[in-house]
Amino acid sequence: MAHAEGQQHPLGVYFKVWGWLFVLSLCSYMVDILEVQSYLRWTLIITFMLMKAGLIMAVFMHMQWERLALVYAVIMPPAVLLVSFIAIMTIESDWTYAVRGVFFGATQAAGVH
Amino acid sequence: MAQSGETVAQSKGLQGVAADFASDQRAFKNVPWGKAMMWIFLVSDTFIFSCFLVGYMVVRNSTQVPWPEPSHVFALSFGGDPIPLILIAIMTFILISSSGTMAIAVNMGYRQNRKAAGLLMLATAVLGASFVGMQAFEWTKLIVEEGVRPWGNPMGSAQFGATFFMITGFHGFHVSIGVLFLFITSYRCMRGDFDPPGRRGFWTSRRGNYEQVEIMGLYWHFVDLVWVFIFAFFYLW
Repeated sequence: MAHAEGQQHPLGVYFKVWGWLFVLSLCSYMVDILEVQSYLRWTLIITFMLMKAGLIMAVFMHMQWERLALVYAVIMPPAVLLVSFIAIMTIESDWTYAVRGVFFGATQAAGVH
Repeated sequence: MAQSGETVAQSKGLQGVAADFASDQRAFKNVPWGKAMMWIFLVSDTFIFSCFLVGYMVVRNSTQVPWPEPSHVFALSFGGDPIPLILIAIMTFILISSSGTMAIAVNMGYRQNRKAAGLLMLATAVLGASFVGMQAFEWTKLIVEEGVRPWGNPMGSAQFGATFFMITGFHGFHVSIGVLFLFITSYRCMRGDFDPPGRRGFWTSRRGNYEQVEIMGLYWHFVDLVWVFIFAFFYLW
């Protein structure tokens, strides 16, 4: 084609991914409809979410056809920083929750939060 | 016609990463600079949305008052019993459909099929606009009927409204800007701005080409990507 740097792929792969995104969205919606609870719910939500995100990035955003240097430059900073940030803020918010329990005495509200 | 003038063989794998970052002139091979810049912008946008979602995690994890049940708050009834999260599910499917039409628009663009690319982008814009419309309906319902405010609500934790309006508002703003640019890009595409030699742009005086459709697509898919995370963490959790 005219441009050497363009992304040229057969149409079929887009329709396949499109279909899968519908199926996965339906699955994550079913988690709520069927009222799956607790750890199974959270695992399913995150699994479907990551599968959808992966498909969108890999195919629709053409990541799987890019050079690894670009892929790493995009994925690595958020991955590294966010994992540590989420860990730090989980500890922080658990601490706040505990302190609020002590000072506001809302022990009856303890439980699922 | 490659802008890089790359002639040497490029190594693969981790060695390729090291070679690319250590090379002269530019690190991102095979990628036009416009696309690289859009990716860098999207990385920074990732941090913005991540900060919102982490902030949401912090307030939800630290409150002693129970969090309002999202599947009840966002239930909608069509005459009969309320169906949980139905509007959000419809919005999710609409945004995924718009991502699909956008992906095919990019493909059509690289096939130099300007009419198909333009019409598909127009369809994407219309789907995006309907998404924003439903979000406006959702906000109105929450504010007027449920009495949700950024500082409190009748259903539970006071932080619910603040995080909801901040996160979905910022996402809706991204969708709105995307719709605006989709209309512009679609118009320019159908006018033939991207066909060689390319019509010069109004702001930049640079010649247009079909990479601009792909760059538009990157932004739009990112908006869909963010919604995937919002849907999982805010509405389903």
